[in-house]
Amino acid sequence: MRLTQRVKNNLIAWCLTLVFAFMSFQANASGHESGSEEKKFNLSELVFGHIGDEYSWHLWTYEGKHVAIPLLCIVKGQEGWDVFSSSHLHEGYKNYTVSEAGKYKGKIVEKVGNEEVRPLDISITKNVASLLFTAALMLIIFLTVAKSYKKDPIAAPKGLQAFMEPLILAIDEDIAKPCIGKNYKRYSPYILTAFFFILFSNYLGIIPFFPGGANVTGNIAVTFVLAFITFLMTNFTLNKHYWKDIFWPDVPLILKFPLPIMQFIEVLGMFTKPIALMFRLFANMVSGHMMQLILIGLIFAIGSVSVACGSIPLAIFMDLLEVLVCFIQAYVFAMLSSIFIGLAQPEEEEAHNK
Amino acid sequence: MSLITPDLGLLFWMLVIFVTVFAILAKFAWPVITGMIEERNKYIEDSIQSAKEANQQLSNLKLEAEKMQKEANNEKMSIVREAQTVKEKIISEAKKEAEVEAAKLIENAKASIEQEKLNALKDIRKEVIEMSLEISAKLLQKQLASNADQEAFINQELDKYNAIKKQ
Repeated sequence: MRLTQRVKNNLIAWCLTLVFAFMSFQANASGHESGSEEKKFNLSELVFGHIGDEYSWHLWTYEGKHVAIPLLCIVKGQEGWDVFSSSHLHEGYKNYTVSEAGKYKGKIVEKVGNEEVRPLDISITKNVASLLFTAALMLIIFLTVAKSYKKDPIAAPKGLQAFMEPLILAIDEDIAKPCIGKNYKRYSPYILTAFFFILFSNYLGIIPFFPGGANVTGNIAVTFVLAFITFLMTNFTLNKHYWKDIFWPDVPLILKFPLPIMQFIEVLGMFTKPIALMFRLFANMVSGHMMQLILIGLIFAIGSVSVACGSIPLAIFMDLLEVLVCFIQAYVFAMLSSIFIGLAQPEEEEAHNK
Repeated sequence: MSLITPDLGLLFWMLVIFVTVFAILAKFAWPVITGMIEERNKYIEDSIQSAKEANQQLSNLKLEAEKMQKEANNEKMSIVREAQTVKEKIISEAKKEAEVEAAKLIENAKASIEQEKLNALKDIRKEVIEMSLEISAKLLQKQLASNADQEAFINQELDKYNAIKKQ
């Protein structure tokens, strides 16, 4: 009862935050527009600029001046490793600049002669910084929670522990346990980590100001890594049943012998499952961010107050929907990963054969 | 297009950060949390079980106590009843004995009375004999003048005797 009340309060706080955020966004943006009327507002640049990555963490633009947190650039060019602040990128650091156009638009390139060459680039970009923030948040929260469990395992949970326990149990006992089966204890740490990593990133992503706002889970690289680990977890089981089902499934001989039709489908299935995971999360988060930006950007693209009357309520509605989607996508990722891992487990196969 | 081509740097960092977080949490957080929750669940389950058992035992004890009380009650009742019957028996026996004794005493009394009577009769008879003997002696001493007188006298005496006997 208390928990639901708390969640309700949190939600209300969130909504208020978002409403004020949009109000301030509108005020800033309109001020900006009147300041530089000759510069045409480019909606697609705004949208793709936001959902993409950047080398510094842009906070706001005031009177044409960008205020941003500089981040670390780490590149390996022709002359070895170089580490520098992204604030140098504006005027260029050594041979490195940000490409203005072409194949590497928006990325660090090294000028070699007249050509732009892409160096090995492992800079701490906005997304990486956000990842680090998420990681730190997770470590602090869950190590604190673990500590309070260790202190007194029998006491009723309270505070942060009480807030996290139902979530942890929902993933551990309601997803991992029934979906994976007997061996779930081996895999539930991964499921839990993936779930909370996605959840935290998602929610940080829809906070429109500093520690949040990066489009982390809407980046294909991030979802690729998550899906790839699920793929590894699923396939590195060394389980006879699982591999037999792929290379010699229980189907009529004609479907598997002269032409390996079933084998082809099964092997394809091995890869389509994690790929589906990757694109589902990516597309959902990107579309959420895109929707928000388009709805707000529309006001400035058309430049009419009457549009705001329609798009602001719609944006608020979309943001509330996004609050839901953020949770659902993390949940779906955890559940599908559990199911894929569970399908590769021997007990499940035996139960299926019965 | 750049939207769906993964950036190598981000890929690298994501892998490093995620695996690090995973490793740390998998070692220090998740097993502790789930283990402790399990332990707590077990503790609660055990507590409920033992509380149930204690309750069961308590109610068993209550039943037992009730049973014992009932038994004691029954015993008491039976003892009282037995005592009553014993009392009644003793009383009735005493009565009977008393009756018997009384009957015996009466019998004895009767017998002694009879004896006394017989004794008295005997004494009387003895007296009568002595008297008759005395009378006859007196008669003999008296010089009877005539036979007629003698006869009259004897008859007179005999009548007297008969009268005594008849009494």
